[in-house]
This record gives sequence, C-alpha cells and structure tokens, in this order.
Amino acid sequence: MIEVVKPGLSTTVQDGGRTGYYHLGIPPSGALDQYSLRAANLLVGNPAGAAALEAVYMGPELAFTADAVVAVAGASMVPKVNGEERPQWESFAVSAGDVLGFAYLTAGARAYIAVSGGIDVPEVLGSRSTYALGALGGYFGRPLAAGDRLPVGSAPGAVPGRSVPADLRPNLAKDVEVRVVMGLYDHRLSEAGRAAFLDTTWDLTPVADRIGFRYAGPELETVPREPPFGAGQDPSNIVDAPYPIGSIQVPGSVEPIILHRDAVSGGGYMMIATVLSGDLDVVAQSAPKTRTRFVEVDLDGALAARSDYRKRTRRLAEALGG
Amino acid sequence: MTVMSEVTPARYSWGGDEFIFVELAEEMSLQANFRAMAITKKLSDARPDGVLEICPANASYQVRFDPDVLEPAELLALLQDLEQQVGDAHELALPTRVLEIPVLYRDPWTTETLMRFRDRHQDPNATDIEYAARINGYASVDDFIGAHSGSPWFTSMVGFVAGLPFLFQMVPRERQIIVPKYLRPRTDTPKQTVGYGGCFACIYSVRGAGGYQMLGITPAPIYDPTQTLPDFTEFMVLFRPADIVKFAPIDRERYDELLAEVEAGRFHVKARPVEFHLQSFLDDPDGYNARLLEVLK
Repeated sequence: MIEVVKPGLSTTVQDGGRTGYYHLGIPPSGALDQYSLRAANLLVGNPAGAAALEAVYMGPELAFTADAVVAVAGASMVPKVNGEERPQWESFAVSAGDVLGFAYLTAGARAYIAVSGGIDVPEVLGSRSTYALGALGGYFGRPLAAGDRLPVGSAPGAVPGRSVPADLRPNLAKDVEVRVVMGLYDHRLSEAGRAAFLDTTWDLTPVADRIGFRYAGPELETVPREPPFGAGQDPSNIVDAPYPIGSIQVPGSVEPIILHRDAVSGGGYMMIATVLSGDLDVVAQSAPKTRTRFVEVDLDGALAARSDYRKRTRRLAEALGG
Repeated sequence: MTVMSEVTPARYSWGGDEFIFVELAEEMSLQANFRAMAITKKLSDARPDGVLEICPANASYQVRFDPDVLEPAELLALLQDLEQQVGDAHELALPTRVLEIPVLYRDPWTTETLMRFRDRHQDPNATDIEYAARINGYASVDDFIGAHSGSPWFTSMVGFVAGLPFLFQMVPRERQIIVPKYLRPRTDTPKQTVGYGGCFACIYSVRGAGGYQMLGITPAPIYDPTQTLPDFTEFMVLFRPADIVKFAPIDRERYDELLAEVEAGRFHVKARPVEFHLQSFLDDPDGYNARLLEVLK
C-alpha cells in the first residue's frame, strides 16, 4: 500500500491505455509519454505497460507501508527518500515507513513513478488509466488527493540498481521539433496559412493538459468559402467529425491545439495535421513556453519514424533485461 | 418521393501513422451519416487484424489501426472497396432502437446557468430557447418545443466526451432547426442538459464546458461509469450510433417523480428495437416517423 501524503499538482494512475471505446467518446488515456512509462516499468521488473503514477510539473509525496523497488523516468525531478536524493532512470529500494518526495522540476513536464508490482487499482474497460473528464478508471476516476491509499501488486524479482543507458534517455529540450503528417482538413488553409503553420516557431501556452496542448503564434489564413450545411459560419468550422489522437485543430484559425490521449473524440473545428504517434512523447514533455516547430513528413516518413521508435523501445527492453 | 442528393466520392486522409480519416460529404445529411454507419458496420463485421478503433461520425468516420499489423495501403483499398459496396446505402436496413428521453424544457438549472453566461450570447436579453424559437421563425417557445419533440432524431455520432450523443433531426431539410453555438463557450453546463448547436441536438453526459444552446434537461442518466444504475449493467454508456431518439416533454412534477425513480434505482429509459430503412424514410418521412414511434406506445 502507498499512502498519498501530498498529491503534487496533478498526479494520476496511468498505464499503456485503453483501446476499443473511442467511438463512444472514451479516449485511450494512458501515460502521455509512453516511452518513459515503459522505461520506469522495465526498471522495476514490471510489464512495460503496467500502471504507474504520472506526475505533472510537481511530484507527489508518498509514504510506503511495505518494502518496494521504485523507478522514476520522464521529466527531471530528483526523487528523494526521506529527504535523501536518489537517481532518476535507475531503480532503487524503499522500505516500509519510507517517504518518497521530489525536488523541483528542472526539465520536461511529466515524471513517471513505477513501483514493483504496479499500481493495483481495478481495470476498467481493460485498463487502469484515469480518464478524469469521464470520472473513469484510475483511482476513483480522479487525480490523487492527500490521504488516498493506493494498492500495489505483488512483485517477485524486482531489483534495485538497474539503470537506463544514457543513449536511451530522451533529450528534454526547451526547443523541440514535432513531426506531423499534413491532411484531414488542411485544404481549408491557403498556401500562406499552410506555410505559416510550418514556418512558425510556436510557443506552448499554459493550456497544456492531458486533453490538449495549445500553441501561440500567428493566425492561419484560410481559403474563403460558403459554409456547407451543418458546419458553422467561421471558416475553421466543419461538420462535427472524429478527432484522431495527435490531430492538430485550429479553432477560429488561431492557436493550434494538439489533442492528446484524453482528447475529446470529435467536434466541429478543422484539423490540419496529425502528430506522429511516437512524437506524442515529445509533446508530453513540453512545459509551457516550450518553443515548437512542426515538421512535415509524408506517410512513408511517418512509418520510418515509427520503425525507429520500435527499435528504440526494443533496445530499451534488451538493456533492462525485459 | 424525395430526390436523392448525388453520392460524391469519399475523401481519404491519413491522420499520422495510426489513423485514417474518411469524409463522405462536406455537408451534413442523413444520407451521408447512413453511409458512414453502413461502411463502419461492414468494417466491424469483417474486423481485419490490426484495426483498433472504428469511429462512425456525422458525415465522416475514422479508423485507428496498427500499421505494423495492417499495411496502410491494404486498409485504404479495403475501405474504398466498402465504399463501393455500400453505394448510396439506401437499401440497407439497420437494426437499432427507439429511445424515449423525457425532457423538462425551460428547467430552473439550465436557466440559472445560461443567465450566468449572457455576456457570451448572441441575444443577452432572451433565454437560449427563446432565441432558438425566434430565429427559427416559431411564434412561441411552445411551438418550438412542439417541433423539437414532435419528430424523432437519429444518433449520428457518439462522442466529444464519454457517451454524449449528437442527434440529427429526422425531417426534411427545410424544416430542420438551426441554431448557432454560443459566441464563446461556457465554462459550465449541467449534467444531462439537452443542448443545440448548428443542426445537432445533444445531451451532455457530464458537467463541464459547452457551446451549445441549452433548451432543457432530462432526468434520464445517459452515462454511469460506476455501472450501478439499471440501464448500465452491460455498459456504462447508454447511446450507440444509429439509436433513434424521441424527446417527450414533461413538467416539473413528472421530472421530480422520474428523478426519485432514478435515485431509487428503478428508472429505465423506454427503449424498443426497430429496423431503420433509409429509403422508406426518405420516401415518406412523416409517415415513416409515425410508424417508427408506434413502438413506444
């Protein structure tokens, strides 16, 4: 059992995610940075997609009632056991009665705290992930609060001292490139609007959560038109359509929003591009003010990037004996 | 007989490495929606390996797939083939349900909420339903309610948030209600608000932000993630794409009675199985609707 002393800013239970219910408005949820979740879990001997804690900007304070092995991956936020620093990207032991806390965030945005045995909340629709907007999954469908008591699964064979090799740790930069496939409703943009989207260095606004990441920059010019029946008057309106995870919508032709893993599943704003599935990890580690360039690739480029991502996760698993 | 709008070729677009998006028509119509239902149903029945999510929407649909299992080109070819097979989909009969949703129009809770957001509204001096009635040319709010609850609605999409139905009015286009969304979205909407935006009615499944005009509220729960209420023992979401909805106006007394039934765990939404046939509907919308709603009696 883990007792939540302080919850941090917003800490939720997340795993690999939930598949098969998006057509009813229930999004995949799961760790926004899937690579770091995977690393943290493999470090403590869990399956890669086991349930762990996702802490945003500020870590929680957790009291352990039993011995465990813990690992913290993702954002740079130094873990401390009873006030003593522990390494990140490396498994370490905690004993019954220990309190795990964190130093301030220095890079990235989301840290993943895996515990040997995994966070053992009930599965809902095949996943332990929290979908807070729908009050579903995780710990009673919500972020953690002080006093919550998290059950932990059993974990034979977890060992402290395992470490992710330096070349398999992500680079948490303040300037990032996010690769996208243009499409969906990008024909609603003029040539100038499209060029502005790809040429601008966008700044992430404070509106950046599990649902979406909103970026500040220039207005994007659209092609004039007569609105089709059922679409709204604004040139950025469409007949409400499904939103791919990672799709970039541009309400009112300003401030593009990347929809992430708790996305609203559909709506009436034009989408102009979709972030590659692997690059959603990069978006997940973006804190407000992160300077972001959107780089266009075609489908073949997207599949090549996917293959590189797969190779990297395989190397990670091999390095950690997974 | 209603003249068909011509079926235009679908537009296919990749959504990154895991999604394909298919727009069947730029504008909304029951025909386009029915094609989306027909194609996604065929895809669900075939369910090739590597297909992860199938999301029918109003005049479009999307599929999430694993390109490591199913080649994108192969999926595209399959969807194009289904598009050809389905054609205008008019001859297809879709097994679905008719649901009766009781509505307290002009209820105190949405009225209180909308009064807090008058600064975001097209007509700050009217309520949402007064505004909707006026711009659609109805002489009174009662007439508007008569039109809103007088004919059935087709669940053309479920989503936005968990279990929220988008509902499309099953009447010829010249009689459809059209209401713009709020100028700026609200930050609050009561749970189970019956809303209206563009050509769509909706029922909000959870409390939260919203941009649709608020017309009333239903005592019927439509989403229960704890699955404790009787309508939710099998699944936590009431609505499925293609469900047909009949709104039934109720007064405050009836609302309170139904709410007490909900709280006692006795309430069931009245739901009856039907087969919906698009061509028969298009041939005689009013007659077909009347026959469709017979099952609720």
